[in-house]
Amino acid sequence: MQKYIGTPTSRIDGRAKVTGEAKYAAEFNAPGLVHGSVVTSSIAKGRIVRIDASDALRVAGVIDVLSHENRLPMASTDSAYKDETAPKGSPFRPLYEDRIMFSGQPIALVVAEEPEIARFAASLVRVEYDEEAHVTDVFRRRDEAVSLEPSTKPPESIFGPPKPRGSAEKAFASAEVRHAGEYYVPIEHHNPMELYASTVVWEGDGKLTIYDKTQGVQNVQRYVCGVFDMKPDDVRVMSAYMGGGFGSGLRPQYEVVLAVLAAQALERSVRVVLTRQQMYVLGYRPAMIQRIELGARPGGTLEAITHEAITVTSQYEDFYRQESGWSGLLYTCANAKYVHKLVRLDLPTSCDMRCPSAATGVYALECAMDELAVALKLDPLELRLRCYSDRDQNTNRPYSSKSLRACYHQGAEAFGWDKRSPEPRSMRDGNELVGWGMATGIWEALQVPIAVRIVLSANGHAEVSCATSDIGTGTYTIMAQVAADMLGLPMENITIKLGDSTLPQSPVEGGSWIAASVSNGIATTADAIRGELLRLAKQMPNSPLADAGPDEVALADGKLVSTPDASRAVSIVDAMRHGAVDRIEQEKSTTFADDGSKGHNTHSAVFTEVKVDEQLGVIRVTRVVNAVAAGRILNIKTARSQIMGSVVWGIGMALHEETLLDHTFGRVMNANIAEYQVPVNADVHDIKVIFVDEPDATINRLGIKGLGEIGIVGVAAAVANAIYHATGKRVRDLPITLDKLQR
Amino acid sequence: MINFEYARASDVADAVRQIAGDPGAKFIAGGTNLIDLMKEDVERPSRLIDISRLPLNKVEETADGGVRIGALVPNSDLAYHPLIEQRYPMLGSAILAGASQQLRNMASTGGNLLQRTRCYYFYDTATPCNKREPGSGCSAINGLNRMHAILGTSEACIATHPSDMCVALAALDAKVQVIGPAGERTISFADFHRLPWDTPQRDTNLEPNELITAVELPAQGFRTNYTYLKIRDRLSYAFALVSVAAALELEGARIKEARVALGGVAHKPWRDALAEGALRGQEANPANFRRAAHMLLRDAKGFAHNTFKIDLARRAIVRALTQAARGTPQSQSNKKIR
Ligand SMILES: Cc1cc2nc3c(=O)[nH]c(=O)nc-3n(C[C@H](O)[C@H](O)[C@H](O)COP(=O)(O)OP(=O)(O)OC[C@H]3O[C@@H](n4cnc5c(N)ncnc54)[C@H](O)[C@@H]3O)c2cc1C
Ligand code: SF4
Repeated sequence: MQKYIGTPTSRIDGRAKVTGEAKYAAEFNAPGLVHGSVVTSSIAKGRIVRIDASDALRVAGVIDVLSHENRLPMASTDSAYKDETAPKGSPFRPLYEDRIMFSGQPIALVVAEEPEIARFAASLVRVEYDEEAHVTDVFRRRDEAVSLEPSTKPPESIFGPPKPRGSAEKAFASAEVRHAGEYYVPIEHHNPMELYASTVVWEGDGKLTIYDKTQGVQNVQRYVCGVFDMKPDDVRVMSAYMGGGFGSGLRPQYEVVLAVLAAQALERSVRVVLTRQQMYVLGYRPAMIQRIELGARPGGTLEAITHEAITVTSQYEDFYRQESGWSGLLYTCANAKYVHKLVRLDLPTSCDMRCPSAATGVYALECAMDELAVALKLDPLELRLRCYSDRDQNTNRPYSSKSLRACYHQGAEAFGWDKRSPEPRSMRDGNELVGWGMATGIWEALQVPIAVRIVLSANGHAEVSCATSDIGTGTYTIMAQVAADMLGLPMENITIKLGDSTLPQSPVEGGSWIAASVSNGIATTADAIRGELLRLAKQMPNSPLADAGPDEVALADGKLVSTPDASRAVSIVDAMRHGAVDRIEQEKSTTFADDGSKGHNTHSAVFTEVKVDEQLGVIRVTRVVNAVAAGRILNIKTARSQIMGSVVWGIGMALHEETLLDHTFGRVMNANIAEYQVPVNADVHDIKVIFVDEPDATINRLGIKGLGEIGIVGVAAAVANAIYHATGKRVRDLPITLDKLQR
Repeated sequence: MINFEYARASDVADAVRQIAGDPGAKFIAGGTNLIDLMKEDVERPSRLIDISRLPLNKVEETADGGVRIGALVPNSDLAYHPLIEQRYPMLGSAILAGASQQLRNMASTGGNLLQRTRCYYFYDTATPCNKREPGSGCSAINGLNRMHAILGTSEACIATHPSDMCVALAALDAKVQVIGPAGERTISFADFHRLPWDTPQRDTNLEPNELITAVELPAQGFRTNYTYLKIRDRLSYAFALVSVAAALELEGARIKEARVALGGVAHKPWRDALAEGALRGQEANPANFRRAAHMLLRDAKGFAHNTFKIDLARRAIVRALTQAARGTPQSQSNKKIR
């Protein structure tokens, strides 16, 4: 039954992608297609007094210039603009009014026959503002930060700080060994390769087909219906391929609103493609000041944890995630306290970015744990083992599975951790100081309600469909693997359809929840197909399966086979031919019956080696071992790629990534991928990925946890800790650039 | 990006004629810098005169034992040219320390000299910048200036010249050959790029209607004792925080001739006759290297975010001179610093 699941399978969409056959949102065409170019605000706060588009309109080929002054009606209530992932507040409404809330805000769309003409004309639009004072610096607003209280009702209960336990203050005050430190992570951006784009096809009868770059086609479809008061049947949103999302495409972005506005105004098909620079207002990982206090006994057991996080959002929406909660969850500790404060700045709303809250929250915790280990004169790995917890510490529940201990052991062995000399600056290689650091990673194993349709044809081919997206992670491929095994068909007989809002229901793809959810959806729907086949098989004369119960048959090798007696079998083709059906169609919705009695998480142990030039401070990450426990691994090849990509990102978080804001202008100044630095090949050396065996019989029937995000958690901390070990210098603000080693 | 005309120059004379006829026109060679600036509306040429097919693509020996590099020789071809690899390896090394393979394939010798600063504000028309809009103010002086200059700055501008190749060319005492409506002339490398003073809009002493035809290298190539050491925020594909082209001619342990040029620290590749003079006749040892480094940085002045460059430059100079003296130049593929 498990021919494909678990094998290293190449992407089934790989060929289409490398040959250019796979089309992205900006690559769709339509007769009479026109092009929009966005004009953005140069100030961070104030009002638009006047938009003078006369020069732009004089350019031959320009059709119209749309702004809040002349646009068609749009919804006027917040609820219409709230997508399924919107935080509390009043969502941004593109081209709605004269108010400027952040620099780079879209304020007009120039529509022309050619994209070059639109772009040229956009540079001729003159805007007069009434400017107001703005603040974009988290440190300036730090004292006015608003506290979030623990809550029992979602979403605050999910994203707000957890309830404290014991008395962390008292325990910290009386602890024999203490560490307190403040850690800073700057604003970071997703920087996916593909530019955000929307091609809106005007179908003639008021209907729109929208090719949009998004992580959730049905989310965008509902949003467009809300904002433009359209009927669901009149809006079809498609996103079959995506050149990277990383969370930036969870919420509908403004390009789709602008493109629809123009299509409706002109009654023509319209394409809007953002520039790289314009992508720096689509949401970002919030800047974050975190303070961690740890109190311990000399033996290395934790007495007190306090995690305080100050994170950044806009003036109009309160986006936050539970950065602080990871600290109390991960290790055994009787006293834990969490504080989360929000700073509202004149910026767009922050948003989810790969492993939101854990990438940053666990960075701070794991650096602090390293500092505590130094204070305790304990090996950092040994400290983690002494604080190991078999229960979710925040909710005091057992885990459905937790193989973190195996991650520590296998990772340490592969890395050679036992050869580490504990003193900082004690290992060297010529001019370079050598440092070894480690950290723990943790992320959630989430599952969401989803629906899957399977159509089985009499020729033994099956089409599997769901409105989910493949944001580049390999969803197409794992869906085909699971479907092939569940239906007992060769993988090449499986066709996957996704990224189309007319397909069966799916939430946005994010949170590493799609692999588990859609796989179980496929398994459930395949059960229904199997039941139907059994019904047909039983009708055959002298059917070998005449007495078989529904749970006594399985699909394998194109046959329905009796599980107690494999010699009794009926081929799928025969059963369908005999029953005179040429297709069997089933669609099933699945939710997850979670009784709440167990915690579900993925874990990892990250080990890194850095080499730092003693004189010049140049840092090289020469080795990384990431041992991951994430339930059943569906596809070793795509899974390994996910973890490798995450590790590279973690290196970037540690050493390179930072969105530079000029607070005088309230503007992102390095809004391009030459100046916003991410690791290049030269920065990436040996990365070893280990998947630790982690059977999980209760999380779902296939034991899947998902792993698109766990790979980044802990990496930045492990690198920072290795740099400390190499140099004796503790840098607590990211990125760790060489000048910070000199301070 | 504006609408512009495009014309191809048929020969050098035609190129000069065309540029003289249209003050809004610009030459385009590889386009790797100009097109980016046009997309940002920083450069708004009325017309592009494409010089990329002019026959200025040869690397050849000159009568006085030097080498003449045509203005259109691509950076990659130049770095791997046998004459350069064998006789001016520091130049090849500097080129390979810059940009990416793809960019180096497109970038031309002349275009590299004329690439403009990477100052964030220069690129963003929503902010004031004296270099882009004379008199509007310098946003970097009190803004984000971590990448900016520490030597030769003015109150009007603290930008750096970003080229790696030019740092080696400065150290090698190259000459730039140009042609304009008034005929040909030769500009020494030291006089080619300018300090910002109160005219930061002018990067170089090239006239707007002049065409670079070649860069000429004198005979001395420092093929044995040289290095190009570039310190940056990631290990490749990033502009220099500080870079050092160091070249020595040794007689035993003594320095007969020394060249040190710095990149990433000033509006032009930075050389200092005094510091180089102080090395001449001295023993090649760490104490003398340190003394030269201090001399080179004696007038350095940092701003809010870039003061670290002063000490970093000193250390980099010492290291580069050490590499050069030992004959172990920095590898541009293995990023471990020797
Ligand atoms: C992302 C990125 C990273 C980079 N990193 C580096 C780096 O690390 N180090 C580095 O040194 N460089 C770097 N570069 C810059 C690159 O080296 C330059 O863009 C390139 O050398 C310019 O050459 P070009 O032929 O493309 O010039 P073009 O863009 O064609 O022209 C540049 C300017 O020179 C003028 N011009 C060109 N040729 C002539 C001529 N013969 N006579 C008169 N005027 C002429 C043009 O009118 C224009 O004003 C980088 C560039 C990019 C885009
Ligand atoms: S440093 Fe020079 S280029 Fe940068 S903002 Fe100031 S004037 Fe402009």
